[in-house]
Amino acid sequence: MTDRILTTRMEAHPADAHTIARYEATGGYAALRKAFGMKPEEIVAEVKASNLRGRGGAGFPTGVKWGFLAPSTPRYLVVNADESEPGTFKDRQLLERDPHQLLEGIVISAFAIAVNRAFVYIRGEYPRSARRMQQAVDEAYAAGYLGKDILGSGFTLDVTVHLGAGAYICGEETAMLNSLEGKRGEPRIKPPFPAVAGLYAKPTIVNNVETISNVPWIVSNGGAAYNAIGPEGSRGTRLLSLSGHVVKPGNYEIVMGMSWRDLIFGIGGGIPGGKALKCWIPGGASAPWFTPEVLDEPVTLDDIARLGSMAGSGAVVVMDETTNVVEAALSIVRFFAHESCGQCTPCREGASWLQRILERIVTGQGRPSDLDLLLDVSDNISPGLRWPPAMTTICPLGPSAVSPITSIMKHFRDEIVAMIPGEVTAGV
Amino acid sequence: MSDRVKIIVDGREVTSPSGELLIKAAEENGTYIPRFCWHSRMKPVGMCRMCLVEVEGPRGKVLVTSCTTPVVEGMIVHTRSDVVKKAQEGVLEFLLINHPLDCPVCDKGGECPLQDQTLAHGPGESRFVEEKRHFEKPIPISDLVLLDRERCILCARCTRFSDEISGDPLIEFIDRGNHTQINTFPDEPFSSYFSGNTVQICPVGALTATPYRFKARPWDLEAVESTCPHCSVGCRVSVHASQNQVVRLIGVDVDATNQGWLCDKGRFGFEYLRSPERLSSPLLRGDDGEFHEVGWAEALDAVATRLRSVIAEKGPASVAGLGGARSTNEEAYAFAKLLRGVIGTGNLDASLGDDPGVGLLVGTNARATIDDLERAKTILVWGPDLKEELPVLYLRVRRAATALGTTLIVVHPRATGLDRDATHTVRYRPGVGAALLRRLAAGEGDLAEVRAALDQGPVVAIIGRTGLAESADLAEAVAAFARGLPEARLLPVARRGNVFGALDMGMSPHLLPGRVAADDATARSTLAAAWGAGVAAPGRDASGILAGMANGSIGAVLLLGSDPLADHPDQKVATEAFAAVSPPVGGRPFLVSLDIFRNRSNEGADVILPVDTFTEVEGTVTNLEGRAQKTNRLVPGVGASRPTVEVLEDLAIRLGGSVGSSAAAIAKEIAAVAPAYAAVSWDALDWGTGRDGIVAAGGSFAHTPTATGKDPAIGDLTLHLGRVLYDKGTVVTAGPSLAMLAPSAAAHLHPEDAARLGFSAGDRVTVTGNAGSAAMPVVLDPTLAKGTVYIPFNTGATIGNGLDVKVERA
Repeated sequence: MTDRILTTRMEAHPADAHTIARYEATGGYAALRKAFGMKPEEIVAEVKASNLRGRGGAGFPTGVKWGFLAPSTPRYLVVNADESEPGTFKDRQLLERDPHQLLEGIVISAFAIAVNRAFVYIRGEYPRSARRMQQAVDEAYAAGYLGKDILGSGFTLDVTVHLGAGAYICGEETAMLNSLEGKRGEPRIKPPFPAVAGLYAKPTIVNNVETISNVPWIVSNGGAAYNAIGPEGSRGTRLLSLSGHVVKPGNYEIVMGMSWRDLIFGIGGGIPGGKALKCWIPGGASAPWFTPEVLDEPVTLDDIARLGSMAGSGAVVVMDETTNVVEAALSIVRFFAHESCGQCTPCREGASWLQRILERIVTGQGRPSDLDLLLDVSDNISPGLRWPPAMTTICPLGPSAVSPITSIMKHFRDEIVAMIPGEVTAGV
Repeated sequence: MSDRVKIIVDGREVTSPSGELLIKAAEENGTYIPRFCWHSRMKPVGMCRMCLVEVEGPRGKVLVTSCTTPVVEGMIVHTRSDVVKKAQEGVLEFLLINHPLDCPVCDKGGECPLQDQTLAHGPGESRFVEEKRHFEKPIPISDLVLLDRERCILCARCTRFSDEISGDPLIEFIDRGNHTQINTFPDEPFSSYFSGNTVQICPVGALTATPYRFKARPWDLEAVESTCPHCSVGCRVSVHASQNQVVRLIGVDVDATNQGWLCDKGRFGFEYLRSPERLSSPLLRGDDGEFHEVGWAEALDAVATRLRSVIAEKGPASVAGLGGARSTNEEAYAFAKLLRGVIGTGNLDASLGDDPGVGLLVGTNARATIDDLERAKTILVWGPDLKEELPVLYLRVRRAATALGTTLIVVHPRATGLDRDATHTVRYRPGVGAALLRRLAAGEGDLAEVRAALDQGPVVAIIGRTGLAESADLAEAVAAFARGLPEARLLPVARRGNVFGALDMGMSPHLLPGRVAADDATARSTLAAAWGAGVAAPGRDASGILAGMANGSIGAVLLLGSDPLADHPDQKVATEAFAAVSPPVGGRPFLVSLDIFRNRSNEGADVILPVDTFTEVEGTVTNLEGRAQKTNRLVPGVGASRPTVEVLEDLAIRLGGSVGSSAAAIAKEIAAVAPAYAAVSWDALDWGTGRDGIVAAGGSFAHTPTATGKDPAIGDLTLHLGRVLYDKGTVVTAGPSLAMLAPSAAAHLHPEDAARLGFSAGDRVTVTGNAGSAAMPVVLDPTLAKGTVYIPFNTGATIGNGLDVKVERA
């Protein structure tokens, strides 16, 4: 059984996997030729059959999403390469080391959903990714894989590489569309969803880099073959970014279903210095944390959800026993407060407030009432403090700032209490 | 109605139009949901999150913002559940944590939605113990508006207004998250004609305007609803006064006219009321040639004596009256009655030769209302730059073009405020309008698309003079064409506040009160019976009166709030007329001025009588639709000034007649004798449906516009004399806030013309017209039709209004 889809070329040819010469020499753009021999709806059917789920965070079935695209024209495909979730660095590898794989996926996907204009929105802090992607686009135009009448198919596609300006929120799809339109990067109220009214109010599909990078393989090998890889609900491979207190941090393309123990202690090589594992974040900074009692649970989308968290963007951040979890939570809250777009009152004001409460706790100036305050302010951003979160905001960024607080409250309440002078009785 | 849906709000079943926003549907059914960012005249943004409610869905109750959620059949809504209350109180607390506690010194204190919400639902004490967010305290973002970013709650009302409603997106959010703030763009002030609306709709004290800052506390204000007097749109306003001084005007939201908005001239143009220059005593010119303050009896005796002697010597037809366009209907009616019935002259005019013809203004059939713009498929604007002359009409046309999908066609010599939102724009040089109209009617060449658009009815055509150098005949010709368009309605426009009302009251040689032709002998005798006095036959219009002053055939002139030297577009005629009175010499016409200020025209008067004005008198006014509205008294006049009606009655009595004992009595008389005003009464306007006014209808005066089809012979360069909102007029110059905004004169040239003539931007040139020359700088305007010199009217340069002009290096 295949256990690598996305990273084989870059591993075999680290020096030049990003060039069109190497890409073509290793079978690149064959899937595109095959796709042009298919009807667009047949391609959509293969993607549906593959059970490919979005790799951006929400894990929505890609083929189903494509099916929502409203019939009017013009319509757009936007590739979300605004990879900004702390701990996530997988898309960067795909952009810099195998951009043609993504580009081939873009052309096939655009053909399948009848789009003639695609955008790749790349995180502002990824200039190298943008250069590599632009180089690939230029090469593809020169080679006839982009532009008018691609490979004599009669199909036209133009691709624009767009570099963001450094805002995490632009990874939220509607904020990204606003940003592409030249507006402030602020999430829109949904509905309407982008598939109905997206970029320039036209039907738009927004897919993640990794999602689209899987498409050439699915077309070449068939949706059934893809659906045969990995456990149900988590088909295909998945690129995980492993970081924190592990011996071997990095990106790993894995077939899901292995246990957390195998991931952290096997693939990751365990905790440096033989220290004990304290906890980890299973799917990016917004995800509720896991502790060692679930080490033997399988790493799948559905199992992570069952245990009250999310696979998210595939960022696994490991913390060892020496970690001050309050400082760790503060670090995440500070990030979200900094990245709040400022639209919704609860997120704009609340995230900063949470940050300031945590700051006084870590500097030894916490008050006995602060646990109650943390929970109540959190509750006003994310009512009920449940998972998946309810919210008083337009997008989930506000609740994301709440997530680390509920995690440390749940697992490490004693450690917070220990940092606060005086007697803390409340906060449960 | 079939497209109403049933929804359940807090357990109570109510109905609402399908698709209505929940916040509005609930409010109309008696459930008020708190809000800060939502405003019924703007698109919802769902940003403040105050209006969160729970809606039952397939996955249980979900918190949604009621300002962004349309109602659907069967929707179950909870607006007061524990979850909702906690969420709303949470939002309130979040808004307060960084909000300064400066309510005691904040202008908004006492009428502040945030303060009110906090008082009703907020906690007694703050749980936020850190230092609040700080910004530099108020920064001026324009000459009129200041922004306090500490108070701002980032609701986007001001930015949405500027972008969506006024089309001046000069303020925006900058930075993000906790550092988000409103600001202007670098080096671009918030210089919008509509900036005051942002102050009015700001839900906190973040935006304040200089004319009102620290002037009063809301609970000390006395208020009355009235009608803005500054242009013929007739916006509904609430006038607020403190200690007998008007301190601010607030727009009142009525569907018919202004929908809550005002222009800054309307909003801030009240400072002239308490200008130290206001006339406060009758002035009588003595034997020494100087004005002397005298008592009313002495002044009125002098006027009556001189009038009687002029009448005895030269006959009543040697007396004339100009004005009324800045008065109430009752005042204009009394003035017309004094002239026609008491003195016995038909020389009277409220229009000063700068409007389209009286036929078009008063006698147009199928006259449009402003609200017809909501239903139009196509709007044609061939007239003034509405943003400059009738700003709130500009807002209504803009709304049709941007929010209702209406096709908008603008024809003008240069880019107007509406051009950016117009479907088609046509530019032409003043002097070739008739030829352009022929080509447009035929759909020739590049006008084919415009012509085709005009075939899509209903059409509303807004017609007026594009500028003052252009003949009024062109507006007639445009009207003649436009009335043939499908389902056409015409809105002829003239600017001056109550010019339509004054004409309706018979302040025209061609009209009797209530839209009746003055040459209708039967109507004259009916009116004579009602008056118990003769009704003079038709006489001269404004231009004829001015000519008569110059040639000696007019022996006495009464000016009622009229300054022809400043306002008459034919400055040659006006100058010659007033050269005959000033300096005062024997044998010259006797000149009486009823006014609130000294001005160029009454400098040479024999008697000046100070009168009460806007906010000081009660009455009715009529806007450009023919809509009669109430204007109300809130403060006393200045010094010894008196209501115009009383002054005219005292004069009438001295001349052996009567015009009416009070404004209220005159209002009743108008309803009785003026056919179009039969349904208009103070009671009807003050109560019931009166807020929208009453569109006066009826009257036998009818006019069929005709086209001469002729253009004048013109030379190399023609003049476009267009008005600007802030000019050297009294309302602007007598109030410190607006005075500094008036531009100075400049000669605008198309860059190609400038290059051809060898001028660059900023060069000093002398422009020579039919009434003189003036030096001014060159401004390049690529939107101007080639061959045109545009000079803003009444900005300090007087060269006349002839089409042909010369431009030479100064």
